[in-house]
Amino acid sequence: MSKKFWETLPQGSVVLEAGSSAKFKTGTWRSVRPKWIEENCIQCLFCWMYCPDMSVKVNAEGKREDFNYDYCKGCGICALECPGKKGKKAIVMEEEGK
Amino acid sequence: MGKIVAVTGNEACAQALKQINPDVCAAYPITPATDLMQRFSGFVSDGKVDTELVLVESEHSAMSACIGAAAAGGRVATATSSQGLALMWEMLYIAAGTRLPIIMPLVNRALSAPLNIHGDHSDGMGARDTGWIQLYSENAQEAYDNTIQAFRIAEHLDIRLPAMVCMDGFIVSHSIERVEYIDDADVKNFVGKFQAVHPLLDLDNPKSYGPLILTDLYHEYKRAQHEVMTKVPKVVLEVASDFEKMTGRKYGLFETYRLEDAEIAVVVMSSAAGTTKDIIDQYRDKGVKAGLLKPRMFRPFPYLEIADALKHLKAIAVLDRADSFGGYGPLFMEISSAVMSMDTKPAMINKIFGLGGRDYLPDQAEQVLDELVKVAKTGKVQTVKEYIGVRE
Repeated sequence: MSKKFWETLPQGSVVLEAGSSAKFKTGTWRSVRPKWIEENCIQCLFCWMYCPDMSVKVNAEGKREDFNYDYCKGCGICALECPGKKGKKAIVMEEEGK
Repeated sequence: MGKIVAVTGNEACAQALKQINPDVCAAYPITPATDLMQRFSGFVSDGKVDTELVLVESEHSAMSACIGAAAAGGRVATATSSQGLALMWEMLYIAAGTRLPIIMPLVNRALSAPLNIHGDHSDGMGARDTGWIQLYSENAQEAYDNTIQAFRIAEHLDIRLPAMVCMDGFIVSHSIERVEYIDDADVKNFVGKFQAVHPLLDLDNPKSYGPLILTDLYHEYKRAQHEVMTKVPKVVLEVASDFEKMTGRKYGLFETYRLEDAEIAVVVMSSAAGTTKDIIDQYRDKGVKAGLLKPRMFRPFPYLEIADALKHLKAIAVLDRADSFGGYGPLFMEISSAVMSMDTKPAMINKIFGLGGRDYLPDQAEQVLDELVKVAKTGKVQTVKEYIGVRE
């Protein structure tokens, strides 16, 4: 007899697959998006450190690249913390759909 | 062959925990359960058990630590009463929803306000819907036996649910009675080796406990949780059967006393059942066909089995040692639900008794039986719910 869907769930809602949160893409929650302005970026990686998710991509050379918008909820912490260069922010928040 | 001793209910439960030797206990003292864990902490200090005893700063923390230890893969126990259980409230649901077989003697005590430290079932009834298995004990022997059986029931691989073993505060927890202890080796053999399911400490297979489950799956998880509760009675009976083979002491989902040919019956849980049985004997001697049903397993509630045991009666009195204010007593509600399935329904009355440790005396049982005789004769119920033993 085939099992009903609810019978196949892991006991006690334990998640048996490590790192499966990567599958949970939360980018659709966003109403404002961070925009990276590369010429103002000093590669301090504050944005990478402060990001509560994993929306700031860092390459093999340890340099940041553009945002991974699959996980960015638009919280704006990166833009707030960004020191920028000569008074110009390397991350600014823009309204979605504009 | 075990040993016959004179001990209190708390002492007997502490002995059961000592014989089972859990991996972790986390506890916070509260009257009347304090003495139980205090005795157990003595066993820890004296090296009689290997248990890691975590002394926490509240019952909320006690249950949280138990949940952590159980998720890590340990056999876990604690004990509490009253406000302590109330403070655990959110963690009780988490223990059950996460399917962690934690064992907790609950020494039943009234809830504030007014502040009162004595025995009634307000605490246990408040935890009715948490998803825990609940077994109620009439005396110290039953509290001891139920504690040992609870480990087997809760840890059964088809079940994996937490279980409360309830006994009446002071009346049972602090009264010295004759109790038969089972040999250490027999208890150890009976409960068996603990089998961890998805232990967090299995570092080669990392996993997460306590995820956020939203509208897409929560309903299905609750459906699965309901299903596992339906499997509990069978396991309770299997474990009781093995227990009887070991000790000769018989347990079921409930106990019946002179019920088979009875016309009227009292349904009552825990220590008050003992007093009631004596009065039933007196009424039997007078030719009144009276009987008793004492639920042992309150969660899950065996509706159909109890309905079958009560179906021949003319009148039933359900005695509740707790009130649901604005409703009938919690046990009465369950018995009413059981009666719903009967073709011919007996007349039913509900008595609230013994709150805050008010003595349940023989004359109260007599009063109930006298009323039942009248109700059975006329088929008429004057007042459904009434307080008895109340000062007027």
